[in-house]
Amino acid sequence: MNRHLLSAGDLTRADAELVLETAGEMLSLADRPIKKLPALRGRTVVNLFFEDSTRTRISFEAAAKRLSADVINFSAKGSSLSKGESLKDTSLTLEAMGADAVVVRHWASGAPHLLANAGWSRSSVVNAGDGTHEHPTQALLDAFTMWRHLGVPGSHGLDGRKVAIVGDVLHSRVARSNALLLKTLGAEVTLVGPPTLLPVGVQSWDVATSYDLDSVLPGTDVVMMLRVQQERMNASFFPTVREYSRRYGLDGRRMATLQDHAIVMHPGPMIRGMEITADVADSQRSVIVEQVTNGVAVRMAVLYLLLGGSEPALATGLTTTGLTTTGLTTTGPTGGDA
Amino acid sequence: MSTYVVKGAAPLGAAPTDLVLEDGVLAEVGTGLSRAGAEVVDADGLVALPGLVDLHTHLREPGREDAETVETGTRAAAVGGFTAVHAMANTHPVADTAGVVEQVWRLGREAGHCDVFPVGAVTVGLEGQRLAELGAMADSAARVRVFSDDGRCVSDPVLMRRALEYVKAFDGVVAQHAQEPRLTEDAQMNEGELSGRLGLRGWPAVAEEAIIARDCLLAAHVGSRLHVCHVSTAGSVELVRWAKAKGWDVTAEVCPHHLLLTDELAATYDPIYKVNPPLRSAGDVEALREGLADGTIDVVATDHAPHPHEDKDCEWQAAAFGMLGLETALAIVQQTMVDTGLLDWAGVADRMSHTPSRIGRVSSHGRPLAVGEPAHLTLYDAAAPHTVDPTALASLSRNTPYAGRQLPGRVVATFLRGAPTVLDGKLTG
Repeated sequence: MNRHLLSAGDLTRADAELVLETAGEMLSLADRPIKKLPALRGRTVVNLFFEDSTRTRISFEAAAKRLSADVINFSAKGSSLSKGESLKDTSLTLEAMGADAVVVRHWASGAPHLLANAGWSRSSVVNAGDGTHEHPTQALLDAFTMWRHLGVPGSHGLDGRKVAIVGDVLHSRVARSNALLLKTLGAEVTLVGPPTLLPVGVQSWDVATSYDLDSVLPGTDVVMMLRVQQERMNASFFPTVREYSRRYGLDGRRMATLQDHAIVMHPGPMIRGMEITADVADSQRSVIVEQVTNGVAVRMAVLYLLLGGSEPALATGLTTTGLTTTGLTTTGPTGGDA
Repeated sequence: MSTYVVKGAAPLGAAPTDLVLEDGVLAEVGTGLSRAGAEVVDADGLVALPGLVDLHTHLREPGREDAETVETGTRAAAVGGFTAVHAMANTHPVADTAGVVEQVWRLGREAGHCDVFPVGAVTVGLEGQRLAELGAMADSAARVRVFSDDGRCVSDPVLMRRALEYVKAFDGVVAQHAQEPRLTEDAQMNEGELSGRLGLRGWPAVAEEAIIARDCLLAAHVGSRLHVCHVSTAGSVELVRWAKAKGWDVTAEVCPHHLLLTDELAATYDPIYKVNPPLRSAGDVEALREGLADGTIDVVATDHAPHPHEDKDCEWQAAAFGMLGLETALAIVQQTMVDTGLLDWAGVADRMSHTPSRIGRVSSHGRPLAVGEPAHLTLYDAAAPHTVDPTALASLSRNTPYAGRQLPGRVVATFLRGAPTVLDGKLTG
């Protein structure tokens, strides 16, 4: 793996499978009374959030703490209009404090890229969501969740699995990262939404697109609903909330057209009644709460692999010297019915 | 005033000859010339061009003297081979009154590195609400003929129509920054496959082209002159070609960076490549070069846009639009147009001196290299490959997108009214 995780597109298949495999090992920790490993003892992880996201921040915080890292939360709110302290000065400050990894959430697309490449800091940079660009750990936790339900034992890929990503693809960093990662893992992705919310040039993403949710649902193994941001509702991307829900919302009637093994996902936070109805969100097919649990395990795996040492030592180091001595076992796919 | 004998220069790339610059004019052209007591400039192997004229320069003074001043900006112009620049109106305060344009004009005279022709704002404060006192600026000592809200588009069609009509009274021209504002809210880069992938808000070609089409029709309707700033798309070239075919009085400019750089550079998220209009696709670059070669695009203009370091050393979205251009323009034109066979040196003189002067109604510049004409002269070495070093620029700012790039040639000397502003590639004053 690279020293940074900036884009899901930077991960090779081997990298991605290593993260999923490691996340499986990390997940088994969750069932133990002491949910903590000494792996990153003495290392410092900074959560640098230029944009509010409580759930992502606490997920990274829990992940780092379970690896025994010291965690510093740094909230540097500001927008392009009211800049506040610059990214550069913040970065120099963190460098001076000796951060080993910086987990960054930023309103500007490319900010983690800048942090990693501008020469301000030597830390590993983990992109925790940048503007409307990417959110690679979300894609990894989504892939991990899919693999746990739909994966083939003995492989960490998702070959041939069909994934529909539905909603505001245009503004979604989750959709971008998922499209890249799922393709790497062998899944077939269909982006579904009104034409106004599919990006220009999406034809070149090597994914299928559709404007018609009903025609996609019966063939899919996974349906991932995206949040529709409040500010889109008054910008003529679609006429009304009701019309959006009628055409692109997932309700009980639509859910009934899914195959028996198909799962329903959502990166959260949900707007119940908008893109997803309460009965679907709370149904047996919904793995939305599980996504949150898996998020911690996947972020543990990412931090461990980025900070754990040099590339070839990672996989072996984890299974032979690190985790096996603490008695961890690998958690594999559980089949299609969990 | 010293007399200069320029030995062995190739006027517009033709056979080498000698040029005598005396009393501010080109006094004699021929071989084996000499003058007693004259300074001799060895121009063997150099191309002689009429002093370059830029229709689109941001000198930033008054208001942003931390980015550039009239003094530093005109020094950069001289280093780039320019003897005249048109200073854009988006200063603080805006150049929307006779007082401000006269101030800029006077600062240019005092600096003395090149002539400064202020551009007047079309609307008060560039606000797009009501016309600025265009007549007062035209009648001022600065004799303004080019009016532009550059940086902003005169998007209100009624206001644009009135401006086009009104400037006819003093043979003015409206230079439009063609950008439909609603289609480009918070736009960050060329809208295309790449903007979608990078998650940067797109600046679609149609936002430029729709305004150009409208303005061509308006200019034709009221029988006025329209100049289109920094065209950046293949579609814009087509529209200007169409307007010219109709016989309408429409001219257009292209910036050096749009002749060379493409939107792929945005993938670095390095805001040094953030400019408005944005870098476009390779196909657009190709169309712009062809348009400049066949005369559809009349001139090269730099859109020299200095910014202090901190405005470029930040997130792409937070960074300022614009890049330096004066000191590298001629070399970029050589690389993209001359070395590719699209334009000869006579063509370069036309696109960078004669025609910009004609559009700006500047009678004292852009003249042929002939006896009796004002001695504005640029000597250029087209075989002087060198690497661009931002710290060596004469501009106060450092935001050049060409840092570390190799350029094929450099300006050796610039003469303004027979006096050198640059000799041996160095400023004289």
